[in-house]
Amino acid sequence: MTSMVDINGLSKRFGPITAVSDVSFRVARGEVLGFLGPNGAGKSTTMKMITGFLAPDAGAIAIDGDDIAEHSVRVKHKLGYLPEGAPLYADMTPLALLRFVGRIRGLSGDDLNARIERVVDQVNLAGVMEQSIDTLSKGFKRRVGIAQAILHDPPLLILDEPTDGLDPNQKHEVRSLIREMAREKAIILSTHILEEVDAVCSRAIIIASGRIVSDGTPAELQAMSPHHNAVQLVLNEKDPPGIVSKLRAIEGVRDVTTRRDNGGTRFEAVPEGDAVIVDRVADVVRENDWRMVAMYVERGRLDEVFRDVTGRAPDSGEA
Amino acid sequence: MLSNIGIITRRELAAYFLTPIAYVFIVIFLILSGVFTFYLGGFFARGQADLATFFGFHPWLYLFLIPALTMRLWAEERKSGTIELLFTLPVTMLEAVVGKFLATWIFTAVALALTFPIWITVNYLGDPDNGVIAAGYIGSLLMAGGYIAIGCCISAFTRNQVIAFVITLVVCLAFILSGFPMVLDFLDDWLPAVLLEAVSSFSFLSHFASIQNGVVAVPDLVYFCSLIALWLYANAAVLEIKKAG
Repeated sequence: MTSMVDINGLSKRFGPITAVSDVSFRVARGEVLGFLGPNGAGKSTTMKMITGFLAPDAGAIAIDGDDIAEHSVRVKHKLGYLPEGAPLYADMTPLALLRFVGRIRGLSGDDLNARIERVVDQVNLAGVMEQSIDTLSKGFKRRVGIAQAILHDPPLLILDEPTDGLDPNQKHEVRSLIREMAREKAIILSTHILEEVDAVCSRAIIIASGRIVSDGTPAELQAMSPHHNAVQLVLNEKDPPGIVSKLRAIEGVRDVTTRRDNGGTRFEAVPEGDAVIVDRVADVVRENDWRMVAMYVERGRLDEVFRDVTGRAPDSGEA
Repeated sequence: MLSNIGIITRRELAAYFLTPIAYVFIVIFLILSGVFTFYLGGFFARGQADLATFFGFHPWLYLFLIPALTMRLWAEERKSGTIELLFTLPVTMLEAVVGKFLATWIFTAVALALTFPIWITVNYLGDPDNGVIAAGYIGSLLMAGGYIAIGCCISAFTRNQVIAFVITLVVCLAFILSGFPMVLDFLDDWLPAVLLEAVSSFSFLSHFASIQNGVVAVPDLVYFCSLIALWLYANAAVLEIKKAG
C-alpha cells in the first residue's frame, strides 16, 4: 500500500534553536497517527511543514506521491488542517467562513451547501451558524476549525490538538468523529493528552527536542512501561511482609511493593522483562487461601513511558 | 487563478464592512474632502469651476487614511494566526496578495465615488471641464493604488498594526516629499542632476499633478501601474521569506 504521507529527514531551525531534527515517518490511509511530545518538542512545527505553511530547511515531504515543494497547490487540495489554537476570522460567522473555505476549495452551489450541512451536523454547529465567531465559546471555535478542515472530505487530515479546550462530552464526540473518519483517511493529530492516544490512535510517535524518540502502536508503547504486565492485588489479610516474601518467591517476579488501600493492602508484583506472571500469582493466592478484594493486570502506564522517553532525550532547547 | 482572487477579494471587502472600519473611513474621508476643498482650499474664493483644490489635497488625505486601511491586511492575519488557515488553503501567494490589494482598492474607489456631491456642486455652480475632472478621479484612484500597494507590503512585515501604520505613513510621505520643491532644493546641493531627476520622478506628486490637469499620459500610467506591481511583488516576496523563516 502506498503511503499518504512520506516524510524524509525533515529538519527546521529557528535561529540558534533546532525545532525539528531529522524526522522521518510514513502514514498510510486508515492510520491515525498520534503525535506526542512535551510542549515545544516540535509537534506543531512538523505539522506546519507537512501542510506546506512552513518551508523545511532540509528533508522532503510527499503527500500522496506529490512533493509539496513542487506541487504545493495540488497537495493543499488533498489535505484538511486544523492549526494550533484553531485560528479563525473572528468577524465572520461560521457560515460565512465555511462558504469562503468551500469556495476556495472549488466547491459551489448545491454541492457546497450539502457539504456545509453535513459537517455542521458532524460537529454539532447548528444554532451558532449565524453568530459571529468572536462571540463563540472555545469549544465551538474548535469545532468550527474542525468543520473547515473536513469540509472538502480530504484524504489527509492534520489536526493540531483537536480536543484542546473541549469539555469531556465534546472530547468524546470529536474522538468518535476521528475514529469514524479514520477508515478511509490518513489522520495525523497532535495531543498531550495520553488517554487520547489510547482512545483514537492506531500509532503514536513521541518526539522530544525535535527528534523522534519512540514510534509504535499504543500497545507497544505501554509495553515499554516497567509496569507492563504487572499484577495488582488487593488482599484483606494481616501480615503483609509475609505475603510480600511469598510473592517475591514466584518465578518471574522482579519486585513487590505494597501500600494501604481501602479494604486491605495493595500489592504490586512487577515482572522481569515481558514475563507473564498473572497465572502464577493467582496460583499462590489460591494455595494460601488469601481473601482477595481485587486483582488485575496492568497494561502499562503511558504517562510513565512518556516521561521516560522524553526525559532521556538531550535537551537542546525549546521551539 | 482569477476565481480565487475574486473569492479572497470578496472576503476582504466584506471584512471591512463587518467592522466599523468601513463606515468610519468613509465618513471621515468625505468630511475631510469637504473641509479641505471648501475651507482650506478656498473653493468659493477661487471662483473657478474646477476640482483642483479637491484633488490637490488627496495625496495628504491618503497619507493618513490609506495606512489605516492597509495596516490590518497581513498584520492581523499574523497576529490572529489566520494566515496559517489562508496559506494552507489551495491558493497561491500571488492570489492572496492581489486579492487583498484589490479589496482595499475597490473599497477606496467606493469612498472616492461617494464624493460625487462635490462634482454635482461644481457642475451646478458653473461649467467645469468634466473631462479634466474624470482624469482627476482616475489619477486619484491610481495614486491610491500606489499607497495601498505600499501599505500591503509593509503590513506583511509585522504582526503589529500600529507599526504597520506608522511605517507605511513614513514610506508614503517619502514618496510624496520626493517631488516637493523644498526637498528637491535641499537635495540639489548633494545629488547630481541625474539622481535628482530620478528622485523627483519617483514622487506621487509630479505624476498626479499632470493627470490632475487632465492629461492622462502613458508615462504616468506606467509609473503608477509599475509602482503597484513592484510593491505587490515585494509583498509576495516578504511572505515567501517569512514562510522559510
